[in-house]
Amino acid sequence: MKKFILKRLLLSVVILFFVTFIIYMLLRCLPSSYVETMAMQLATAPGSKPYEEWVAQLNVQYGLDLHPIPGYFVQLKNLLTGNFGDSWRFNVPVIEKFQEVIWLSFIMGAIALVFELIIAIPLGIIAATKQYSKADYIITASALVGISLPTFFFATLLKLVFSVKLGWFDVSGLVGRNHALLDATGQMLDIANHLVLPIVTLVIVSVGSLMRYTRTNMLEVLNSDYIRTARAKGLSERKVIYHHAFRNTLIPLVTIVGGSLPGLFSGALITETLFAIPGIGYTSYQSMVAGDIPFSMFYLSFLAILTLLGNLISDILYAVVDPRVRIA
Amino acid sequence: MRDNRAEKKTKEQYSLNDDRRVKVLSPGALVAKRFFRNRLAVLGLVMLAAMFIFSFIGGVVSPYGQAEQFYTYEAMSKEYVAVTRNDDFRYAVADGQEFGSAAQAQFLLAQTTGQEEFTYRDVTYRVAEEGTDFYAVYTGDTLLAIAYKDIVNAPDNGVEPAFAVKYGALVAYTNGETAFTADGTDYTLDADGNILQSSEVVGYISRFVVQSQVSGTFISRDFKERLEEAINDGAAEFAYTGEDGTENNYTIVYDASKLVWSVQQETLTYVYDMYSAPSLAHPLGTDGNGMDMLTRLMYGGRVSLIIGFVVVIIETVIGVILGGVSGYFGGWIDNLIMRVVDVFYCVPSMPIIIIIGAAMDAMQMDPTLRMFYLMLILGFLGWPGVARLVRGQILSLREQEFMTATEACGIRTSRRIFRHLIPNVIPQLIVTCTMGLGSTIITEATLSFLGLGVKFPFASWGNIISDVNNSYVMTNYWFIWIPAGICLLIAVLGFNFVGDGLRDAFDPKMKR
Repeated sequence: MKKFILKRLLLSVVILFFVTFIIYMLLRCLPSSYVETMAMQLATAPGSKPYEEWVAQLNVQYGLDLHPIPGYFVQLKNLLTGNFGDSWRFNVPVIEKFQEVIWLSFIMGAIALVFELIIAIPLGIIAATKQYSKADYIITASALVGISLPTFFFATLLKLVFSVKLGWFDVSGLVGRNHALLDATGQMLDIANHLVLPIVTLVIVSVGSLMRYTRTNMLEVLNSDYIRTARAKGLSERKVIYHHAFRNTLIPLVTIVGGSLPGLFSGALITETLFAIPGIGYTSYQSMVAGDIPFSMFYLSFLAILTLLGNLISDILYAVVDPRVRIA
Repeated sequence: MRDNRAEKKTKEQYSLNDDRRVKVLSPGALVAKRFFRNRLAVLGLVMLAAMFIFSFIGGVVSPYGQAEQFYTYEAMSKEYVAVTRNDDFRYAVADGQEFGSAAQAQFLLAQTTGQEEFTYRDVTYRVAEEGTDFYAVYTGDTLLAIAYKDIVNAPDNGVEPAFAVKYGALVAYTNGETAFTADGTDYTLDADGNILQSSEVVGYISRFVVQSQVSGTFISRDFKERLEEAINDGAAEFAYTGEDGTENNYTIVYDASKLVWSVQQETLTYVYDMYSAPSLAHPLGTDGNGMDMLTRLMYGGRVSLIIGFVVVIIETVIGVILGGVSGYFGGWIDNLIMRVVDVFYCVPSMPIIIIIGAAMDAMQMDPTLRMFYLMLILGFLGWPGVARLVRGQILSLREQEFMTATEACGIRTSRRIFRHLIPNVIPQLIVTCTMGLGSTIITEATLSFLGLGVKFPFASWGNIISDVNNSYVMTNYWFIWIPAGICLLIAVLGFNFVGDGLRDAFDPKMKR
């Protein structure tokens, strides 16, 4: 086990090296619009240096004068020593901005995941136990509808119905107009109120795949020999399903949920942007669109690490939960 | 057909254990049978067919073009003139005298406090009240200036009356006299406030200031007078027949905060038919550029579906080749390709596409070229999933007997992979591709929605919906974005239903 983890970790480091390399090359190949805009602004100041000189100076300042390949190694050294640089878009150190916004995304993601589990697992099991019944059709169809719903369309519909027509929630933003006037509890409630629609969007859009996953696995378990044996023993259907089948369905579920835990930190790019929730997703969207290389570089590398971590966790969990699986 | 009928006729005659009683179905027919039994899958197929007909045939049938703009005449209320009732003192200074703004201010002070005299820079001014809101200012006995609120205007195309005329006219106007003399000339004053020299109008007195708000328009005296009457009557509407005989209607709106009567004229303007409501000519109205919404939807569907297909084809081709090679050869080739797959798996695709989209924005790339790049990028980022699937399947297939047989037959490697192994992966591949089509369309729509995908003048369902970034459109013009969202949902749902149905149909374990 230890050996397996160590091997995977080493492999992850190699993968990460290439991933960051690709990301860096990509960012470097972009027309460095940010630097040019900055230079343009600075050059318009009275008595300023000409535009070309500003571009040159800013390029040196941001380490863009080096050839991409040595530039990458400089960047890598910086990343490894924990020096992530300053965000161009936000004018603060990347890590500071990151710490400021990450928890909001995490909380949102975590609440959404809890709701997803609460909705998806029971419905998935019902669909599987009553396969080809009306309930199964409805659940399968609505799971597919959830998967097929484009986030932005659904979010806009929610906004139209609940914000514009019913006026229950604000259209976007994390805090209301009079947030500063409220006391601590009021502020909490205000934020909670603003998070309702984004979380509903997240849950509806992603609950479908978990529901299908539960159903498929439950079906597989229900078709297995030991369930037939359990039924043959004369156990009640309740006991068969909730005692024997459900526990075995949990194996793949725990694996996939465990694997998705790191993903909670990655933020919901589209949803956050649509609702203007200042989490990591929206922040990175702003920095990416503005051509903010340090922040984008950090965010993309962070996402890559989360993906690798997720895969590793789900592999390890698989072995831990299911004693039949042995990892060499 | 004939065979079938014959079979039916003779069916009863066969003995029970006759093989001909058993209907033999090919594996393909079995799959089709299972597929068509699945109601959701059939529904999905219908939805897809509808969307394809809508997008590909609709665009041909539609009488309008993709980027054809429509115009309309729109009645717009434009401000024609603004009328203010003068409540400030106007000053007229006698010829050769001076009465500067500082002195005017001092006068105002004296006037409000009711003083008869005021001093400014060692000069003492005497204020004589000649009438309501009409004062004359003297130094010693010399008339210096007059301050008045009833304005003496120049006649149409005329010159400003001289000081003496103004003074005389105002005195006469205040005292209700009808004649006065100034600079040795006799003037008469009629009931309308006209100042007449013999019978010629040299000016007129009025409390209202009428300012033209449309450049190049001259406001005639007659118009002003009628307008004043209308305002004095408190009328909200006002009709005026000009010299050329055309009658125009005006609405008078009083703005109490600015003390201004705004006179507005309805004018017809030729504009883009923006956001027009659904009508017979435009069943779904028009969009913000005055283009027919339904036609845009059809062309948008074409773009969305074509992008979906091209991307999936690129993904599949790269994925099948690399996955097939990797799975068949194993060893270091497998290891290498799988590490590349791992790397691609880790590269976060959505952010990457957003960054590239923003960069293409910065470069102001041609929309057509941009669409090609979008397809290439989406395809290139999507293949690792397909490669993993193909490799996994091939790893188990290549150990089977039929592969040993192909080896024994001496079939060359490429043929073994692509003729004997890949066809066995096709069922799973079709399922993945169908589902992938749906998700690709969503990705493309999301990008277009963010303004980073397909760009104007091309329509795509995503960029049609992006109009809702204008919250007024979102709340008031449902017909702009709801139909596009529904089309998107139907198409993606169709692909997912069909994909799901195919998965079940291809699975031999499924009994149904």
